[in-house]
Amino acid sequence: MDINWFTVVAQLINFLILVWLLKRFLYKPILNAVNEREKKIMDQLKDADDKKAAAQQEKEVFQKKNDDFDKQKKGLMDTVVVEAAKEKNQLIEAAKSDAKNLISKMKKAAKEEQDKEDKTIAQKTQKLVFDITRKALASIASLSLEEQSANTFIKHLKASKEDEKQQFINAFKSHPDSILVKSAFDLPLKQQNEINEVVSNLLETKTKLQFKTEPGLISGIELSTTGFKVAWSFSEYLNALEQNISGKMKEKPNPKPKKKADVSN
Amino acid sequence: MELSPDQTIFWQYSFITINLTLVTTWGIMLLLVVLSWLVTRKLKSDIQISRWQCFLEMIVTGINAQIEEVGLSKPERYIGFIGTLFLFIFASNFCIIFPGYRPPTGSLSTTTALAISVFLAVPFYGISKSGVWGYMKSFLQPTWIMLPFNLIGEISRTLALAVRLFGNIMSGGMIVAILLSISPFIFPVIMNLLGLLTGTVQAYIFSILATVYIAAAVRNSREKTKSNVITTQ
Repeated sequence: MDINWFTVVAQLINFLILVWLLKRFLYKPILNAVNEREKKIMDQLKDADDKKAAAQQEKEVFQKKNDDFDKQKKGLMDTVVVEAAKEKNQLIEAAKSDAKNLISKMKKAAKEEQDKEDKTIAQKTQKLVFDITRKALASIASLSLEEQSANTFIKHLKASKEDEKQQFINAFKSHPDSILVKSAFDLPLKQQNEINEVVSNLLETKTKLQFKTEPGLISGIELSTTGFKVAWSFSEYLNALEQNISGKMKEKPNPKPKKKADVSN
Repeated sequence: MELSPDQTIFWQYSFITINLTLVTTWGIMLLLVVLSWLVTRKLKSDIQISRWQCFLEMIVTGINAQIEEVGLSKPERYIGFIGTLFLFIFASNFCIIFPGYRPPTGSLSTTTALAISVFLAVPFYGISKSGVWGYMKSFLQPTWIMLPFNLIGEISRTLALAVRLFGNIMSGGMIVAILLSISPFIFPVIMNLLGLLTGTVQAYIFSILATVYIAAAVRNSREKTKSNVITTQ
């Protein structure tokens, strides 16, 4: 249990050397590393904080930009919507107008077509009726009918009113020799003489009538001089019929077709 | 039976003796320094570090935290002394796991040397903190009558430090030796395990007491300075 003082001193020196060595090889490097790491971590944290702050700032800027953009977008959208509605209305109006014009044109064209068709039908009907009539009349225009026609003409002349008579006299008196009598058939001499006599009586002068045959008059007789004409024929009736048919066709452009039952009946 | 490793002498010339205590101490010094050097030569300051670096950092920062807890505000100044005390005593006591090993802390010469180093370190830190006069005045606290008691206390605590460590370690070694002669199996192992615990606790007690003494010296002088400042105000 003795204390060896040499060992004590040696141990004291050993201990001091160990303190120095451990300071040199252990505490200093370790503490430096720890401090450096702490500093690094602090720097990183600071950097992260800075970045976070910058990011926050940037976020706010972007948020503001986004808001502005949204506002601008909304404004533009509103304008576009209004303009589109306006454009739509304009287009609809234009389309309506075009449609109206087109309908009007079509109606006009249809009407023209209808008129044309009516006219054609009327003309065809007229022609047909005339042909039938002409044929019928031509076949039935026997001598007795021609005589009757001449008689009817003579009767007309005699039965004409006073003012008509006066007109007739005024027109034929100046040219008593150039009076022409046209007929659809050759007038028999008897009728020629009767007509000549009636005209001479009317004019109270002796007249020399010229007789001419013209089949287009259709059982008709026409007495004419320069600037005046007195006539009677079936053509007059046919013309009146034609006018009558045309008038009826115009009144009823689309006549309803008869029902089958009606037709069968 | 040899009680102290001092008695195992390898070489002697006059009063100079190279005994087992010194040789073992050098071995432990070499072990500590080489281990420290091996780990700290590849130190990294990154987030990812090696396991050994992490282990050493834990020890160093743990010692730092203990010093700070006792009341020394700048532990970096004291870790060299206090940390080495702890590591040396701990390593000396821990190596009892090796058969035939005799810890140098089981020698009264070693523990006396360590106690003397504490005895010297206390005034060293006290004076470096508040000057010679400031430190000396702490012995006159609370009155000058206390001066002899303060001086006796200073010496006796140093003696207590030396004897406590020596007694604990030496007794542990002795008990193992006695048990080995009585029952060579099992018990010595258990006692060795107990010795590990006792050795670690003793290392902690020794270093923490040294810290407390140093802290007391530094605090006394600091409080004195503070009170001076207050009175002058």
